[in-house]
Amino acid sequence: MRSNKKQGSREAGARWFKVGAALGLLFLHIPMAFIILYAFTTEDKSYEFPPPGLTLKWFSVAWQREDIWAAMLLSVKIAAISAGTAMILGTLAAAAVSRSRFFGRESISLLLILPIALPGVVTGIALRSAFNIVDIPFSFWTIVIGHATFCVVVVYNNALARFRRTGASQIEASMDLGADGFQTFRHVILPNIATALLAGGMLAFALSFDEVIVTTFTAGQQTTLPIWMLSELIRPRQRPVTNVVAVVVITVTFIPILVAYYLTRNTDTVAGGGK
Amino acid sequence: MSETLSIHTPPAASYSRRISAYLYGRPHLLLSILLLPPLLWLGIIYVGSLIALLAQSFFAIDEFSGIVVHELTLDTYRQLFSFANMDIILRTASMAAVVTLGAALIGFPIAYYMARYASGKTKAFMYLAVMLPLWSSYLVRVYAWKLILSKEGIIGWTFEQFGATWLLQMILDLPVIGGASLSVSYIGMFLVFLYIWLPFMILPIQAALERVPPSLLDASSDLGARPGMTFWKVILPLAFPGIVAGSIFTFSLTLGDYIIPGIIGSSRLFIGQAVYMHQGVAGNIPLAAAFSVVPIVIMAIYLTIAKRMGAFNAL
Repeated sequence: MRSNKKQGSREAGARWFKVGAALGLLFLHIPMAFIILYAFTTEDKSYEFPPPGLTLKWFSVAWQREDIWAAMLLSVKIAAISAGTAMILGTLAAAAVSRSRFFGRESISLLLILPIALPGVVTGIALRSAFNIVDIPFSFWTIVIGHATFCVVVVYNNALARFRRTGASQIEASMDLGADGFQTFRHVILPNIATALLAGGMLAFALSFDEVIVTTFTAGQQTTLPIWMLSELIRPRQRPVTNVVAVVVITVTFIPILVAYYLTRNTDTVAGGGK
Repeated sequence: MSETLSIHTPPAASYSRRISAYLYGRPHLLLSILLLPPLLWLGIIYVGSLIALLAQSFFAIDEFSGIVVHELTLDTYRQLFSFANMDIILRTASMAAVVTLGAALIGFPIAYYMARYASGKTKAFMYLAVMLPLWSSYLVRVYAWKLILSKEGIIGWTFEQFGATWLLQMILDLPVIGGASLSVSYIGMFLVFLYIWLPFMILPIQAALERVPPSLLDASSDLGARPGMTFWKVILPLAFPGIVAGSIFTFSLTLGDYIIPGIIGSSRLFIGQAVYMHQGVAGNIPLAAAFSVVPIVIMAIYLTIAKRMGAFNAL
């Protein structure tokens, strides 16, 4: 029968796509496995494969390194403050854009997406030369300013999608029942957008924690974890320790991304669909 | 809403009530209050910096003193269009184009399988498998390739196991794309770029494919098209805006990257490295600014074309 034959070749097509997809996904993930493997190698002068032996030594070596702890702490602080700032700015922008139509509304999205759409090197050098022009010394805060700037769009996208789903009728009902604007925000709007906000914040945290390009331009003497890693990449000193740090970085960024995914997985716009 | 709202109207109008009533009557004021902080932040800090940077590309550096002369001139742009600098621009743009092509070829089957065949748990798993690398550490992922591509690493080892070291050597001996080892060759750099930006290609294609209604495919086969023909004449044209949307990312990100060419690849510069070098060691901010105009202009042209192809609906 004709339909059977069609079914058959459709199946054959599916098999090819399945193989292609599987190979593609392997390509995306196998390199990470090597990082983990190399964190246990006994050999520290080259990247010899297969590793001559396996050891847990490097984890304790890394644990005792104060420069790594300092870099890690700095990165967490920067990511937390940047994500917090981005959550406020992104939510405000999303609230405004979703509520009403106004002149220039379309350009807001463009403006917010620009820092992430333009190459990081452009954003970085623009900020650096601007800080130089107005004589702001590079510090912790210049890094935060840079990071918050490109994190806003992440929160904005998540919050905007949720705002669009939340009908205006709920807000009107709350007002009709006598709540004022602040009470409505606290009891109606916030519970509705909370998970989207948190998801956006988580992604912003991961984005900032990991950022290196803009950071190299906006940092003074500060060494964030990515900057520490970059210097190890260019001039390797203790390779296995870098591998251990890499494993830690993978873990630290995976957690917020997974949380963001689970927070929004049952909605029509899942967090992280676009960066 | 599951919880009951406990809202007690205070006897006299409280401050918060008065403020909210005031704002309710003036939606434009409320809108301005909402918009002001993000607009100020991005407008002043970001757009301001960007304009200041672009303005500096119209200054030039005094060749003898090395000090930036604050006079409007096109000298810096003349310098930008010199042979050596055009070489950098062409090299970067070709790499971006090849990476984009490669990402589309590898990304399509994944996106297609996710959109058409996978469902339920498989689909969620695949989605996570694509999204995690997208958001997770860029540097760590570049670093992984340093391990893989190094002379004593897994690729060299595999070729050795199969007694095919000569084959690897032959590939490395190829002009232009070869090199002393994979980690200093353009092949290596291509692989790393491909690996890093691939998720950016998959997700827009998947989004475009999800929107192809199954009834359309049924119609195509009812009208006598074989699956192959349906694929070429119906699915691919409808997925094309998604591919273009994905290519915006892969192209732009490769164009501006300066970390990967610095870690993997030869000493020949890419645009990002040129920007970094001219603003740092060389102290030639005008030329660095002019160089950073290049990716902006290329992307502006690219986006205009992409918009015409309807790529923005697939984002």
